[in-house]
Amino acid sequence: MHFLMSQSSPLLAIAVAPEPETQAAAQPRLAAELSQASVTFGRGANAVPALAETTLRIPDGEFLALVGPSGCGKSTILRLVSGLVQPSSGAVIVGGREVAAKALRLGMAFQNPTMLPWMTIEQNVMLPLKIVEPFRSQFRKEKRGSFRDRAHALLAQVGLQGFAGKYPWQLSGGMLQRANLCRALIHEPRMLLLDEPFGALDQFTREELWAILQELWLTHRPTVLLVTHDLREAGFLASRICVMSARPGRIIDDSPVAFARPRSIAMTFEPGFVALNQRLRELIVDARSAQAIAGSH
Amino acid sequence: MSENLKRKFWAAALILLFFAGWEVFCIASGMSDLILPRPSQVFATLVQRFPILWPHILQTLATTMLGFALGVALGVVLGAIIGVSRTAYDTAYPLLIGFSSIPKVAVVPIFVLWFGSGTVPAVLTSLAICFFPIVVNIATGLATTEPEMEDVLKALGASKLDILWNVGLPRTMPFFFASLKVAVTYAFVGTVLAETVASNRGIGNVMMSASSNFNVPLVFAGLFILAGLGVALYVAFSLIEMRVTGWANRKNDFAAA
Repeated sequence: MHFLMSQSSPLLAIAVAPEPETQAAAQPRLAAELSQASVTFGRGANAVPALAETTLRIPDGEFLALVGPSGCGKSTILRLVSGLVQPSSGAVIVGGREVAAKALRLGMAFQNPTMLPWMTIEQNVMLPLKIVEPFRSQFRKEKRGSFRDRAHALLAQVGLQGFAGKYPWQLSGGMLQRANLCRALIHEPRMLLLDEPFGALDQFTREELWAILQELWLTHRPTVLLVTHDLREAGFLASRICVMSARPGRIIDDSPVAFARPRSIAMTFEPGFVALNQRLRELIVDARSAQAIAGSH
Repeated sequence: MSENLKRKFWAAALILLFFAGWEVFCIASGMSDLILPRPSQVFATLVQRFPILWPHILQTLATTMLGFALGVALGVVLGAIIGVSRTAYDTAYPLLIGFSSIPKVAVVPIFVLWFGSGTVPAVLTSLAICFFPIVVNIATGLATTEPEMEDVLKALGASKLDILWNVGLPRTMPFFFASLKVAVTYAFVGTVLAETVASNRGIGNVMMSASSNFNVPLVFAGLFILAGLGVALYVAFSLIEMRVTGWANRKNDFAAA
């Protein structure tokens, strides 16, 4: 599978075989680590705790899904890792360094596609190449050459061939979301941060994109941190799922997902998968009602 | 397209109707041409005196464009500073409002005092009168940029300058061009104002001396020239605007592109 036209990754060989998704015995290399990181927005009487002290280690190459009730701080964790938010206490280490240093190439897709309306889809997708080194210095030279070819290949892969020259408002929500995914991937990030990227899509488009994302992950093995409301989505894609409590969030459950890969949509209807789904569901329902009780006092 | 033609037809018809009504009113009421000349008289004067008027037209146009260009440069820089930084906004805004509230007629004598009569005070007056709408619009455009758009670049580790260049400024272009169209007509007002008070060249000066000679048709000819120049520049900027910020105008004909 030829996703990003880069030289094939050494992890490719491992990826093809269905692998045991338990933690390796040796200490794994960490892509990102939160140590007792908390986030509070505002100060004094207006302070709103968004994330309770959280410790989370994300090994290199893992596909981690974060699920939990709305407003529990899932997106805050994502924004911490991306450096968009600074921790109020504790530390966030990404790629072995404090976040601000940008030690690791990040790709990010938000729930809202936020394509820049003055650029064509192609230009939007190429935006990371314009910003991120080492592509940045070649951008002028390659934007009509290899970079454009790369954007077109990606767009074709998500079924958007022929839309490269269109403006964002000429595309439907689902199409924009696909383009959004392309933009998150074009600079071959070592870590993908996905904030409910498929939230606004219909079920069939969503499942189609799950398959594309799985394929991509199996080929290139980026570290993926996926925030989602959709438990099926988490179960289908992730190699590990963390469940968070209600606001201010903390991680209340952390378990590996051992289904063989590549996974199929049919698998999501098998008893084992349904049982996982049910367990996650109960955890979140409990977290929600705990919040309701706490709120009533 | 026929819809578009129809709109243009009605616009032209309204202009013709305006002049026809004016002509009829003058003839019917027996109005003296010392008070209100007929448009046909004005046009006749315009054609007849055109060789003499031409250098003055060029003078006014050049003065306006210079003042306008300086005003745009100043407006963009100030607007960018105020729009990017909250502190700069809070600090500088009261002062700017104060400056913009001063009637510009009042500053012409000061400019004349400093630089003597002639082109310099006219350039400065048109600059002073036209830069404010640009500042306000650039600042508003930058300050209202959606944080989500900036986050797209921030997550990639983009610098503040990258974000300003790739998100802030393009997003501000529609505001900028809207203000340019206003500013260019303001710049004319400034030039003519200064020429009227303190210059021996330019359309403003022509109108001033014509009115002291009771050559009222020539005064009106000057008005027509100013209106024509104003419309021409407005159209020029609208055309550039369509090319640069077509993405923001998809309600019009852009969908066909």
